Amino acid sequence: MSDKPRKFKGGVHPNDSKALSAHKPIQEAPLLDSYKVIMHQNIGAPPELLVKKGDEVKKGTLLAKAGGFVSVPLHSPTSGTIKMIDKVPGPTGISVPCIEIAADGEDEWDSPFEPITDWKTTDPVELRQRVWDAGVVGMGGAAFPSHVKLSPPDDKKIDMLILNGAECEPYLTADHRLMLENAKEVVIGGSILARILGLESCVIGVENNKPDAVEMLKKAAANHSVHVQDLPVNYPQGAEKQLIYAITGREVPVGALPMDIGCVVQNVASAAAVYEAVVNGRPSIDRITTVTGKPLVDPGNWKFRIGTPISKALELAGGITEQPAKLLLGGPMMGIAQSSLDVTTMKNTSGILLIAQDEVSQYTSEPCIRCGRCVDCCPMQILPATISQAVENHRFDWAEQLNVMACIECGSCSYSCPSHRPLNQQFKRAKVEIRAGLRKKG
Amino acid sequence: MSDETPKINLPDPTQLVVSNSPHMRDKPTINVIMFWVVGAMLPGCIAAVLFFGLAALKVLLISTLSCVIAEEAWNKAMKRPSTWRDGSAILSGILLGMNLNAGAPWWICMLGGILAMILGKQLYGGLGFNPFNPVLVARVGLLIGFPGIMTTWDKPDLGNMAIDGITAATPLGLAPGETLLQDMLLGNVGGCLGETSALALIVGGAILIWKKLIKWEVPLAFVGTVFMITGAMHLVNPEAYHSPFVHVLSGGLLLGAFFMATDMVTSPMTHKGAWIFGFGCGLITSLIRLWGSYPEGVSFAILFMNALTPLIDRGTIRKPFGFVAPAKGEA
Repeated sequence: MSDKPRKFKGGVHPNDSKALSAHKPIQEAPLLDSYKVIMHQNIGAPPELLVKKGDEVKKGTLLAKAGGFVSVPLHSPTSGTIKMIDKVPGPTGISVPCIEIAADGEDEWDSPFEPITDWKTTDPVELRQRVWDAGVVGMGGAAFPSHVKLSPPDDKKIDMLILNGAECEPYLTADHRLMLENAKEVVIGGSILARILGLESCVIGVENNKPDAVEMLKKAAANHSVHVQDLPVNYPQGAEKQLIYAITGREVPVGALPMDIGCVVQNVASAAAVYEAVVNGRPSIDRITTVTGKPLVDPGNWKFRIGTPISKALELAGGITEQPAKLLLGGPMMGIAQSSLDVTTMKNTSGILLIAQDEVSQYTSEPCIRCGRCVDCCPMQILPATISQAVENHRFDWAEQLNVMACIECGSCSYSCPSHRPLNQQFKRAKVEIRAGLRKKG
Repeated sequence: MSDETPKINLPDPTQLVVSNSPHMRDKPTINVIMFWVVGAMLPGCIAAVLFFGLAALKVLLISTLSCVIAEEAWNKAMKRPSTWRDGSAILSGILLGMNLNAGAPWWICMLGGILAMILGKQLYGGLGFNPFNPVLVARVGLLIGFPGIMTTWDKPDLGNMAIDGITAATPLGLAPGETLLQDMLLGNVGGCLGETSALALIVGGAILIWKKLIKWEVPLAFVGTVFMITGAMHLVNPEAYHSPFVHVLSGGLLLGAFFMATDMVTSPMTHKGAWIFGFGCGLITSLIRLWGSYPEGVSFAILFMNALTPLIDRGTIRKPFGFVAPAKGEA
């Protein structure tokens, strides 16, 4: 039953710092006076606005409908009136359109759809439509619409569904608490997803630094054909391609998608959102987020509705004892640094992380000493040091030949570099340049 | 909830640093790595001082100081920031001392330091840019310029001396008896500081491999190749060729294999490349030792392979995860 997972080549072992919040149960965040819901919360096309200023909405009312196939609808996190439709600072620092809802305090539900209790006999097409209608996206960080992955073209045979509960980013414990406290939802969500794909079973992959979650999942999975696979701790174990390899031994070809080798991966939080959408008939309007970091008084895990400002989340964690150096959305390896406390949570906000002054220092990057640490730890088996040289010489054609496009931007190379070279940053730039077709002649 | 929040402090957003991920860095920096390598050199240094006395200490100190001073003087002249704290000059200095004879005059040590740091390293742009191992550039430079001084070895003070200068005059007449091997292992033989105690070098090498500071493939391929080639020749004609054990334990082979050929800057980055590099070093060393006009070939072998390193790196570009041959991958 439990065959040993394969170990992908490379990877790093940063201090996981999960102890700050791993033992804190999920708390429901109190209702706020207003929510600023960022409109474009998914990869793909932005949704189309359906409401205007002054409209009355209920909790779950459709605010915007999907703007295409690779797009998802957006629902109101509470009942109240639309205060304004404006721009707020987005997580990337660029202002983005948002819908501000003034809460009326009633928090009254009006879900656009009914529960489907007999999902075991429901047509998979209807279930998939429900996943779409509920606005479920990849909640691990990418925010890719879940229903798209559940709609493989006819020529792609899917034989493996993997739920990603690796949570390999240091500090984050949101998925851990979810799997521990809501194991049943995750398992049933996984079973629903399997049914949509026409599969009998699915596998949940969890890094073995969460033995309690593995145990709860196994208990919950007892009556379902869901297999729980514990995985070695090795960042980036939760990266889609590395996870697929660890569990199935299949390698996603460069430039291809998991569905090309018969695999679909969904985040465990997305599976729980699918459970909510199908079994309880409720759209995706909240998620569990870890608010953590050494400067915080009381780190923990909260269930936040979308549109909660970071400042409110930090207040719930008791505020700070010292000025942090950085504020991140996500984990320390791939998270995005923020410069405003007004940014609001989205469906993919897995963590709000404060990094203390003494945890970071400003580095001057030094020359490469060719030690090969980046080469050893690259999970995609490319040659970071050599590509870095190409990028520094504006030889994007060379970088492309060296397979920079295969880079998953996990940051392991930058993490390991003793010269503190900005490898990850250079590769991101190279990918943008190559995509833009701006090749310079060398 | 609002009335019990008087003392909650929030971050000052204007003080937040915005930078690219990752926001965590592994602890080892260049100087941490360099000082670990220096630490791995210590057993060899201690053995050298034990066998050659304070003269060895003097050589090590002068070489190290001259490397540091040469590098800093160059930085000053070129108006560049000081770099000695990265530890690479100190490491080069100690390695240079290990490549010299205990009786080497002070000015040879100084000249070596200048050659290593200026000619071997800074002229190319400093740390990370030199194609050749700076210490070997200095050693070979001195060997060519002052062959007399560079091939006269002091006798160790401890125990009996069976041979006078294993590298200077490879003692083909001497049967490779057990005493000789034992002496070579412990370091009771003539040679430069780092060519004496094989045991101390092996301990240092083990530290390097354990701390993952070097690629273990290089010393293994290097020593293994020398052992096999010289062993084959020994089997063919034991009268004319030395036992492979003598070859492995003598001269600068272990010093070269563990500490010089593994220099990160001048050796290949991939593990496959490390095998090729180590094999090449072993092959050339054997050829020079067995049939060349020099008694010792380690330095030349490593320098030669240094020159081939960019080529090896080019030739060993690995396939990425999920690589598909272009012909098959049409979809």
